[in-house]
Amino acid sequence: MFFLTNIWVVPLLPAAGAALMLLFGRRLAKNLVNACCVGAVAFAFAWTDLAVWQFTHSGLPRYEHVLFTWLGSGGGKMLYVLHGGGTAEFVVNAGVLVDPLSCVWLLFVTFVGMLIHIYSVGYMAHEGGYYRFFGYLNLFMFSMLTLILANNFMMMFVGWEGVGLCSYLLIGFYFHKHSASTAANKAFIVNRVGDAGVILGSLTIFWLFGTFDFVRVTELARAQSATLMGTGIMTAATLALFVGACGKSAQIPLYVWLPDAMEGPTPVSALIHAATMVTAGVYMVARSNALFVLAPETMKVVAVVGALTAIFAASIGLVQNDIKRVLAYSTVSQLGYMFLALGIGAFAAGVFHVFTHAFFKALLFLGSGSVIHAMGGQQDMRFMGALRKKIPTTYLTMLIGTLAIAGIPGLAGFFSKDEILWQAWSAHHGAFRALWYVAFVTALMTSFYMFRLIFLTFFGGPRMAPEVEHHVHESPRSMTLPLVVLAAGAVLAGYLGVSPSIARLVGIHGETNRFEHFLAPVFENSAENSSNAASALPAEDQKNDGPPSEYLLMALSVAAAGAGWWSAWRAYGKCSDGVREPIAVAAPAVYRTLLNKYYVDEFYDKAFTGRSEVDGVRLGAIGAGDVLWKFDAEVLDGGVNGAGWLTRAFGIVSSWWDKWVIDGVCVNGPAVVAQLLSRPVRLVQAGLLQWYALVMVFGVAGLLWYYVLR
Amino acid sequence: MLEIGIMHYLVVGGLLFLIGMVGVITRRNVVIIFMSIELMLSSVNLNLVAFSRLYGLHGQVFSLFIAADAAAEAAVGLGILIAFFRNRATVNMDEVDLLKW
Repeated sequence: MFFLTNIWVVPLLPAAGAALMLLFGRRLAKNLVNACCVGAVAFAFAWTDLAVWQFTHSGLPRYEHVLFTWLGSGGGKMLYVLHGGGTAEFVVNAGVLVDPLSCVWLLFVTFVGMLIHIYSVGYMAHEGGYYRFFGYLNLFMFSMLTLILANNFMMMFVGWEGVGLCSYLLIGFYFHKHSASTAANKAFIVNRVGDAGVILGSLTIFWLFGTFDFVRVTELARAQSATLMGTGIMTAATLALFVGACGKSAQIPLYVWLPDAMEGPTPVSALIHAATMVTAGVYMVARSNALFVLAPETMKVVAVVGALTAIFAASIGLVQNDIKRVLAYSTVSQLGYMFLALGIGAFAAGVFHVFTHAFFKALLFLGSGSVIHAMGGQQDMRFMGALRKKIPTTYLTMLIGTLAIAGIPGLAGFFSKDEILWQAWSAHHGAFRALWYVAFVTALMTSFYMFRLIFLTFFGGPRMAPEVEHHVHESPRSMTLPLVVLAAGAVLAGYLGVSPSIARLVGIHGETNRFEHFLAPVFENSAENSSNAASALPAEDQKNDGPPSEYLLMALSVAAAGAGWWSAWRAYGKCSDGVREPIAVAAPAVYRTLLNKYYVDEFYDKAFTGRSEVDGVRLGAIGAGDVLWKFDAEVLDGGVNGAGWLTRAFGIVSSWWDKWVIDGVCVNGPAVVAQLLSRPVRLVQAGLLQWYALVMVFGVAGLLWYYVLR
Repeated sequence: MLEIGIMHYLVVGGLLFLIGMVGVITRRNVVIIFMSIELMLSSVNLNLVAFSRLYGLHGQVFSLFIAADAAAEAAVGLGILIAFFRNRATVNMDEVDLLKW
């Protein structure tokens, strides 16, 4: 049990690496930087493995351990009146919680994190600020692990803010590029909107339950489900949390920062903006599942937002030309799938998709990094092509990742995506069936844009400049090794959660979904507690809707994946000189709209930042941009300047007082008096020896006269 | 023939002391001042020796001590004098007024 009871060491390992890098990294040799940072994460991965192994063999439902009290007086001095009328002490403990849910996240975060650290050694070898990059990456690992291991909302929020900060730092890694620094600002500011939601949600939960601890909140929520079911306050709290999840996990309307985040180095895009950080929102919703099932309205919002984000982002991804942007919109779209699953109550299916997605999306991003590396920095797919033979390892691994994300049977994405599609069809007795159609079209689009990426990059004729073509080379071993390992993960990860119906298809009967079974203790909201969500859980009680139609849906989604593949091949498989976009030919207006991302950025720019002007009056959402700016410039800054002016005025008075009264009267005054008094005395002291002798003689003569002669 | 008594010695001693004192106060050259101090010491010795005729030998013993003291003082004084001359290139007392604030 040693590794489990000391699980708190895991986040501290990369924290130590980060501290070392950011304090002394400039003076360290590259080998030492590699050893510290990659070593810290690898060690954390090994520790996590052992801890999870001990946890699964301990038979405990969960392992919770409070390290110390972080916030709170402990003496009853911070009592708050709760929603229900009772009082509760405001206490936040720094503690760790290991349960099946955090186990899943711990494993893939440390595993993918380790591989991406190894990959970065090769990718960043010729970049400046090498130590800074690894320092930030390690800091990110620390924050992410804090987020996952936290046992209450406030500690999770610490990690939540930490990953946001690291995301900002790493997007803006090439800070001398204006686009990178604005993208970093955008990510930070948009995330801030979501973070406000997290705080509001957490505090509302404290107001309701008098505690921040996940375990306690879950217990209380399940115990009081009858009274809390569907109340306004539950809806408000969960909606606030979901706003936070929207920010971090890039859902409509806060998804806009994620595509821009591709300005960061590619390993960062893979680690933070594809595999780990953006799933934090999913983690939080899954972690608060007991609360969300008590707010059916919020669940509907989650499901609809997820489905809309999925199709919205996928449609933008159809026409993007930057290889990383295609993957970024793909990430947003896949995150939408996850929220769709959460929203319909299929928490385990959503988490399973997070798990498989981490492998194949990290793989695809690292592969795209390898392609960019080979192309000498070129990211536009219109100027690639025919790289299949030149960088075979990258090609094969990316092809595996594409097959996985497209949902080709036998690879990871098929199992998880199919589970979500099936749940969307069957959950709540088909109440969300409309969302299935959305998800189905998204699956078709996903397959199309991913194979478009593959064909434009690796097939057809070379469209790059001859000198670039001559320069193309396979990446170093440290980059291809993670690709191969992740490709293996992208194939195999799905077999952890094979659904019973698929198992029956290959002749294995009586098998339960092992992944779902593992997570069951976290999501056990019993039927009477949550009448809505219960029917979302596995399909056993829906025999009438059972396997036959599930097989039909499966066949349909495989057909969609195949159709996407085939149409992408028809459109892009053989283009050698120029790229002809079929959408641009068929409907130019649609193509322009998609290429410009539905003009959402422009809309936000006009509506919220109020940057457009009409006759000198700045427009904003109800003029808010300008009003807020004026408020800031005149009221807030006025207050700041007023405080400054007051300080200055007081300083002038104070300095006058010091100069004339303290120094003048009190210090120099006595000195002047002493000097004046001493002036006659000084006259006697001429300094001439013979003068002193003469005075002495007269003195002796005077004494003689006085005592002897008188 | 006048008997030379103790009063004669005292008058000679007093005159020598006055001469020495005036020398100390009025002369500029440190060496002369030094010699004048020796003259004052000698006059004191003369007094002691003269009184020893009346009160026993203690006075003569004291005069020996004073002679030894004068020798030591002369050695130290001349050492200071030479060190001073090296610094200031003068031995005139009126040019030396360091003993003031």
